[in-house]
Amino acid sequence: MPRSALASSSLAAHSLSQRLPLAIGSCLLGALLVYFAGFSHIDAVHNATHDTRHSTAFPCH
Amino acid sequence: MFKRIAHTAGLAGLLAAILLTVLQLLWVTPLILEAETYENSEPAAVHEHGDGAAAHVHEEDAEAWSPEDGWQRTLSTSGSNLVVAVGFALMLAGLYSLKAPLRVREGLAWGAAGFVTFNLAPAAGLPPELPGTAAADLLLRQYWWVGTATATAVGLALLVFARHWALRIGALLLIAVPHLIGAPQPEMHESLAPEHLERQFVFASLTTNALFWLALGAASAWLFSRPAHGAR
Repeated sequence: MPRSALASSSLAAHSLSQRLPLAIGSCLLGALLVYFAGFSHIDAVHNATHDTRHSTAFPCH
Repeated sequence: MFKRIAHTAGLAGLLAAILLTVLQLLWVTPLILEAETYENSEPAAVHEHGDGAAAHVHEEDAEAWSPEDGWQRTLSTSGSNLVVAVGFALMLAGLYSLKAPLRVREGLAWGAAGFVTFNLAPAAGLPPELPGTAAADLLLRQYWWVGTATATAVGLALLVFARHWALRIGALLLIAVPHLIGAPQPEMHESLAPEHLERQFVFASLTTNALFWLALGAASAWLFSRPAHGAR
């Protein structure tokens, strides 16, 4: 079976009501990580992530 | 399914973070360090703008821990790259559980959408800035950034997946609205670094992020659709 078919058949095994909370949860957790590294106002975190913030063009100062 | 999302996000995030770190070390960080030489040679008075136009103020966080230049700074930056990359990869993998990419090419499209959402659209109002550039209030810019990224993400999703024409027109409007409102700007645009350095930095930052997102999209799509995961 081609891998694409495997991927979609495995998705179909889970109902939308099972997948939706997982998708929303993953997005929120991901956003939390990005917020922590890119947007936190804690000075020490800002200093540690300074170059990442400038490089990825997050508002920094 | 959760295992598959976590596995995809962890590995794709790690791979993309390594690429990002290498590109930064070779290209972006030297520009930041060069800009800081202008900033550090400037008398302290220049830093004291009004609240709305504060430049790069190192003085205010003089007491907070800061990595020393050298390996400490490189390690901090690599670590924060990893956190950001895994965060973005988690978002992608979460969305894949709703609409799985069938090929790596589709992963590249997801990556391109991520670049437009999180880099290109915000950069249209708030371009990548070197240290020592005057800017509007930080919180206002962060609000605008988050609003723009959210509007662009929802807009792109509607453009690609919605069938009805009215929704697609709404999507275009949604993408345009943050730019019609306009990003918060400083009272006066000024920068300590010379203009050619600014231009180089904007180009380096956008190119680096584009490559990062394409790598993240391709790696995450490939990992998510691996046959080893078929049974999970």
